[in-house]
Amino acid sequence: MKRISRYRRHKAAGPFLLLFALFAIGTTFNVASATTSAETTAADRSVQIEEGRQIFLKGCSSCHGLNAEGAQIAPSLIGVGAASVDFQVGTGRMPLAEMSAQAMRKDPIYSPEETAALAAYVATLAPGPAIPAESSLNFERDGSTAEGGELFRNNCAMCHNFAGQGGALSQGKYAPTLMGVEPKHIYEAMVTGPQSMPVFSDKTITTEEKMSIIKWIKAAESEPNLGGASLGRVGPVTEGLLGWVLGLGMLIGVAVWLAMKAR
Amino acid sequence: MSNEIEAIQDPGLPAHVHRKADTDPAAANRAERQVAILFGISALGTVLLIVSYIFIPDDLFIFIPVMGNQNAHQLGLGLGMAISLFFIGMGAIHWAKTLMPDTEVVAQRHELRSPDSDRKDFVDAVKSGAGAAGLGRRSLIKRSLGAALGLSALSPLLLLRDLGPLPGKELEKTSWKSGTYLVTDPGNRRIKDSDLEVGAVAQVLPEIADPEHRKLSDIAKDAVLLIRLRPQEFNLEADKLAMTHDGIIAFSKICSHMGCAVALYEQQTKHLLCPCHQSTFDVTRGAKVIFGPSARPLPQLDITIDDEGYLVARQPFSEPVGPSFWERNSQ
Amino acid sequence: MTVEARLGTVANYVDERTGGAAWMKKNLQKVFPDHWSFLLGEVALYSFVILLLSGTFLTFWFDPSQREVIYEGSYEPLEGIKMSAAYASALHISFEVRGGLLMRQIHHWAALIFMAAIVAHMMRVFFTGAFRKPREGNWILGIGLLTLGIVEGFLGYSLPDDLLSGTGVRIAEAIIQALPVVGSYFAYFAFGGAFPGEAFIPRIYTVHVLLLPGAFLALITAHLMLVWYQKHTQYPGPGRTEKNVVGYPLMPTYMAKAGGFFFIVFGVTAFLAAVASINPIWLYGPYTPGQISAGSQPDWYMGWLDGLVRMAPPIETQAFGHTISWNILVPGLIIPGILFTGMALYPFIESWITGDKREHHLLDRPRNAPNRTALGAMSLTFVMVTLINGGNDIIATHFDLSINQIMWGTRFGVFLLPPLAFVITKRLCLSLQRADRDLVLHGRETGTLLRLPHGEFVEVHEPISPEKAYFLTSHEQAPALELPAVDGHGVKRAHALRNKLRARMSVANAEAIPKVSLNELKEIEHH
Repeated sequence: MKRISRYRRHKAAGPFLLLFALFAIGTTFNVASATTSAETTAADRSVQIEEGRQIFLKGCSSCHGLNAEGAQIAPSLIGVGAASVDFQVGTGRMPLAEMSAQAMRKDPIYSPEETAALAAYVATLAPGPAIPAESSLNFERDGSTAEGGELFRNNCAMCHNFAGQGGALSQGKYAPTLMGVEPKHIYEAMVTGPQSMPVFSDKTITTEEKMSIIKWIKAAESEPNLGGASLGRVGPVTEGLLGWVLGLGMLIGVAVWLAMKAR
Repeated sequence: MSNEIEAIQDPGLPAHVHRKADTDPAAANRAERQVAILFGISALGTVLLIVSYIFIPDDLFIFIPVMGNQNAHQLGLGLGMAISLFFIGMGAIHWAKTLMPDTEVVAQRHELRSPDSDRKDFVDAVKSGAGAAGLGRRSLIKRSLGAALGLSALSPLLLLRDLGPLPGKELEKTSWKSGTYLVTDPGNRRIKDSDLEVGAVAQVLPEIADPEHRKLSDIAKDAVLLIRLRPQEFNLEADKLAMTHDGIIAFSKICSHMGCAVALYEQQTKHLLCPCHQSTFDVTRGAKVIFGPSARPLPQLDITIDDEGYLVARQPFSEPVGPSFWERNSQ
Repeated sequence: MTVEARLGTVANYVDERTGGAAWMKKNLQKVFPDHWSFLLGEVALYSFVILLLSGTFLTFWFDPSQREVIYEGSYEPLEGIKMSAAYASALHISFEVRGGLLMRQIHHWAALIFMAAIVAHMMRVFFTGAFRKPREGNWILGIGLLTLGIVEGFLGYSLPDDLLSGTGVRIAEAIIQALPVVGSYFAYFAFGGAFPGEAFIPRIYTVHVLLLPGAFLALITAHLMLVWYQKHTQYPGPGRTEKNVVGYPLMPTYMAKAGGFFFIVFGVTAFLAAVASINPIWLYGPYTPGQISAGSQPDWYMGWLDGLVRMAPPIETQAFGHTISWNILVPGLIIPGILFTGMALYPFIESWITGDKREHHLLDRPRNAPNRTALGAMSLTFVMVTLINGGNDIIATHFDLSINQIMWGTRFGVFLLPPLAFVITKRLCLSLQRADRDLVLHGRETGTLLRLPHGEFVEVHEPISPEKAYFLTSHEQAPALELPAVDGHGVKRAHALRNKLRARMSVANAEAIPKVSLNELKEIEHH
């Protein structure tokens, strides 16, 4: 105690305590909110559909209507297909946490089993895009990274940014980052056009081309930053900020030291 | 009490305070050692640079906290160079600060203005020189000199004429003609109306004979965005509605503001957003500008389908695409 | 020892041919005042040298051609993709040339630091009044360097012909094209035909590598020669007058410090290039007019221009078969033109307001020139507001805001915030003057309490040193100009309106807290 109290009035004490407190709060919060991953189990088909209907009635019908016909606040789910449900529920966007500008990706509330049941139920309402089979998502084999990049820049970069980091839409909406998204979900999003995203039908961007896009996104995600820290891969804004703060900042620091009289 | 406001007097330069190294030889030697260490660190940096350049393979990645996986070759080169340079500077500055004379020296400023005698001599020199040249009197020389210089200045302007062709009517024309098929970009595949679902978009270009060698200058005017809505969602005049086909509408993708590609389509609001300056266009009302600096809607392409259902242009754009220009005539 | 022997062979050789010893004698002893804020210009100068060195390196590999090639290099995600030779050569420098990416990054970081240093240096010169006679010409040279720097940077990052910079070139072309009468002609001449054409990159290469560096060398030389000849300004303080320079001699102290600082600037730039990725062109992809990325911005020193263009109202005049795009011309050319002209002419505007025609070699403490300081704060606020709008989409995604809100906010902010900044800054300056005055009259508050015999608590004030007292009161407080409407003979003066404006501005400019005089100080001492 005496050791600590000796430095109580040190000029660095304040900043040090502040940093320590921030660090402590941050790590505690992180540890406390860590979640565990769920396990997948298979279920019988019709049992699954009934299970899905029950989950739907309990968790979705209050906004989407008892027969998924839609309402003022939520669109109809008739014809959206299993793929839409798998995407929205699987990425945690649905159920909506709050009425914000758009649904945010977050930790899913429903287990993969429950999500599959919901998807199976909604698929029975009317024909719609199906969940792609695991085998059909072999983007490593079926896709071309370079072609994927061309397709990405033509169709995706204008919303999601050149490196898939996400971008601003109007009125507070945004195209989210594509980093850390499962290939299945990327495919489903292209096919179903969730929220503000348009639909990219398989005739205008073929399944093979979609595999190329996914391959490129995964390559960009795993590509290390060759020149140093990435600064967010958002372009000149963060670069300019760093140039002023770190670049000119360090130089002014040295300049002040240079002009100070030595002891 | 006097009425004059007397200023506080200048006490003169403060007395010089000696540094430790000025009086204490041990401190001076310590400073010298410190300078040498700084220069030594620089040398280590150069070694790192050389070693990285020659020996570290360029596909080796190492993990650095905060920065993530970094390329060892690049990091070695860069840090080596940075250390090598930075510590030469640190050594030199530390040497100057601790060991070089730091007694402040006072030098006098001289008045910048020349002495009057020099000024008078200058004026006399110019006058006599100019007088000898006779420009003042010999107006014929003055005028003809002016004419000659002025005319010869025209030649560089003239020589730049071939920098480029005259624009002519080129800014008003695109490759779209009556009967031109719409093809996907990239891929160059024809599109059927049934290929597009409601809420879908497609990037299209006009079909040309040699799609492998499409010129960027053509793409800069030809790029078109195809969007499908439900027909009842349109809020268009009859003539504009006639240019759509069963809910499919086609707009020039080149922003009417400054020419960026406007392809950001918000499916729910039916708005197009240009990422450059945030001009926002309402597709249901013919790409009318609802926000941002663009002053004109995007030109709409008149489309229909052929016998097999492929989408085709019915006629060229009825107005120039892209940014405005002086000769642009809006009727 | 003879003079020749002391000189040594080399020096003797040179002096016999140039008479250099006399010049060197005088200038090696030249005195330079020492303050950290005087090093900002040096940062710019050294960054320029770094740009020349790293730029020359890059020219050995860069191919300024827009000829279409198929990529065959080592970066897999672009394999087989069509691109210009310029883009392909920039990729080659980044991936195959050892040290190539480092040099590219040093070059670009040096450019960002160059511009930042110019702006910081300009602010220092402005806020301390160093642009006053006899340095008006140097100020104009500086504004010229700032303008050229912005153009040079834009051309530089457009050379690799990637998607981001190509979008910027498209916008530049739209500005040219928007010029009334001559727009389409100038655009076609600049690009050798329709946009993008194949002539633009090779042409801007010549401008970027030859013409503008030449112009820079000329302007920087003139700028430095003036500083050398007119001698550097100095901050006020004891022993410093308008007629002297107090500092250290060129040799050895200043040479070592300034020379060392070059290595510091180079080292810091190389450090940034080592640890922070900049302009990763391989991620952007090659430029084609049909593509674009969300969040497309120019480099920071043009961000304010982008912000202005974004917030412009959608106004175009379409009449008599012609179109004038005010929404492009006003924010893109007219407002910047007015701003930069105003900046260049500011020394003359200020001397017109103050009527001060004397030489100034002592700098102003910013608080002692409240009007000027407030004007500077106003300009900075304007730049910050427009800069924020230039990055509104990046800010929106990172801080969960709406671009529409930011746009409207800055549309109003650009009119409301600068005058507000002016008023607040001026009041702050006057407050600081008041604080200075208190310090001189009453001394420093020590925080120590003293209980007097009759029970009163007082705070002990420590008188400040005579050096400090002089520092706080050595500035000039000139009265406002007297410009009566009629002169001594009752004749009305010419330019009545102009004089009235001048008189008003002069009065506002002269507003100050009167500084402590010797008499007041003596009075206090007698208490």
